[in-house]
Amino acid sequence: MEAPAEVIRFALTRCLSLGVSLIVASLVIFAAIEIVPGDPAAYMLGLSASPEAVAALRAQLGLDAGPVERYFDWSLGMLRGNFGVSYTYRTPVAQMVGDRLWISLPLALYALALSTLIAFPVGVWAAARRGGAVDVGVMGATQLGVAVPNFWFAMLLVLVFAVNLRWFSAGGFPGWSAGFWPGIKALTLPAIALALPQASILARVMRSALLDTLGEDYIRTARAKGLSRGQALRRHALRNALIPVLTIIGLQFSFLLAGAIIIENVFFLPGLGRLVFQAISQRDLIVVESVVMLLVFAVIVVTFVVDLAYAAVDPRLRRRA
Amino acid sequence: MRSLWIGGVLAATFAFAALLSFVWTPYDVTVLDIAAKLRPPSAAHWFGTDHFGRDVFSMIMVGARVSIAVALVAVGIGMGLGVPLGLAAAALRGSALDETIMRGNDIVFAFPALLIAILITAVFGPSALNAIIAIGVFNIPVFARLTRGAALGLWQRDFILAARVAGKGRARISVEHILPNLANLLIVQGTIQFSLGILAEAGLSYVGLGAQPPTPSWGRMLAESQTMISFAPWLALFPGFAIVLTVLGLNLMGDGLRDFMDPRIRRARA
Repeated sequence: MEAPAEVIRFALTRCLSLGVSLIVASLVIFAAIEIVPGDPAAYMLGLSASPEAVAALRAQLGLDAGPVERYFDWSLGMLRGNFGVSYTYRTPVAQMVGDRLWISLPLALYALALSTLIAFPVGVWAAARRGGAVDVGVMGATQLGVAVPNFWFAMLLVLVFAVNLRWFSAGGFPGWSAGFWPGIKALTLPAIALALPQASILARVMRSALLDTLGEDYIRTARAKGLSRGQALRRHALRNALIPVLTIIGLQFSFLLAGAIIIENVFFLPGLGRLVFQAISQRDLIVVESVVMLLVFAVIVVTFVVDLAYAAVDPRLRRRA
Repeated sequence: MRSLWIGGVLAATFAFAALLSFVWTPYDVTVLDIAAKLRPPSAAHWFGTDHFGRDVFSMIMVGARVSIAVALVAVGIGMGLGVPLGLAAAALRGSALDETIMRGNDIVFAFPALLIAILITAVFGPSALNAIIAIGVFNIPVFARLTRGAALGLWQRDFILAARVAGKGRARISVEHILPNLANLLIVQGTIQFSLGILAEAGLSYVGLGAQPPTPSWGRMLAESQTMISFAPWLALFPGFAIVLTVLGLNLMGDGLRDFMDPRIRRARA
């Protein structure tokens, strides 16, 4: 049995570094938005606004306070789910984000599921037939998959499946109120486009992790015991190969969230990505600030969870930290 | 060796097209010829023309210039800052500086290049320069981590011990003995980051955060082609092929270089 003190210390240092990362990230984002020239209040009211009206709006938006006070207002507010009020729409940012999160998040999860479902069998198949035609074919295809920009692949999908075959619509989202399946259908092409490059990476990781474990002594023992190559692969190699694969899956989630921002633009999906780009063009900086912080928060937390899960699976890593 | 050759030829082709575009392109990409708009590929216009009658082949040549320049400078930033940071962290292993550098890396890592670009664009407006900064910043931790990891291994070696006994300081050992031994590794990673940079630049200019009109860029050509894809598919196909072939070429070259520079693999093949 391992000393619990060591485990507690590991968890504490990880939590501490999670907290520091979040604070530094929020400071960076706040500082970046802070140096933007121009006054949001003046921008909102237009050129003909009287100085008194601008001053009143500044007070109403809380822009009069010093930067330190505003940072605390913003960051503590975010912790309570209060992301401020959009300069352009005068609606709470939390509400705008909440509506759109229900497109971006399912899209990322859908893509993650697809990528895993494709990559797993493909990677195992290639590893089982190492050096054969299947392996060479898979390696070539994944090499190509990594090189294809997902937004271009998305356009090709639209060309084939929406324009020519008319199986899917070329873009837009009916809303979940239209039912589960219409929503899923609208997200299918975007999810495939997002999943392809990730599946290529994952299949390569799966293959090389399996090949590594297949070279281990315990596999030779299992084979000597009389297990066939396939049995040894399924019962012993696969489980051990999963550690690096699970890490990659966790890390890919953050790439998928960021990648979704671009893919949403291809399919005109009203998700977080479109919200950010609209906000940039309208100089609605509070929205940019909050959405970027939210995405960075997601990335940091997912990385943290992956780290912990990794340590839970492989006790050697705890000692190294 | 084969992938090194195929990749090298692909990458060199686009590098040549980019260089050639400075002195010659089949057509002038800044001249609009509405009478010749949306022509499909033909002998006169190999890749067809766009909605302004500009020659797509010429635009791809000029676009190669933007893509390669942005990715190259971004890798330069990543290496120029990341490698010294990694060397310093390894030389002073376990020190407060090491800890600060590595935690700083973790934080930068949490900002995918696209989010950095969005932040920078929100502040300074879109431009090729801001795309370079966004991709470059993202590259710093990649090189810092790689350098630190590899350098830590080298610090344990006898020849470093010999240099220390000879009275050389940590900084001097890092530059004179550690760095030359990392060159291969850095070249291979540089090639991979270069190809990722091309993809990132394409993505950023696709969403309008990269080079601004009238400079042609592959990503924006794709963005503009999107509404015309049903009747002018060549506008979407050729810039996409350009991106894929360049990235594929660089990736193959990276793989080939890694095999070529790793003497163990070379011997195994011989």
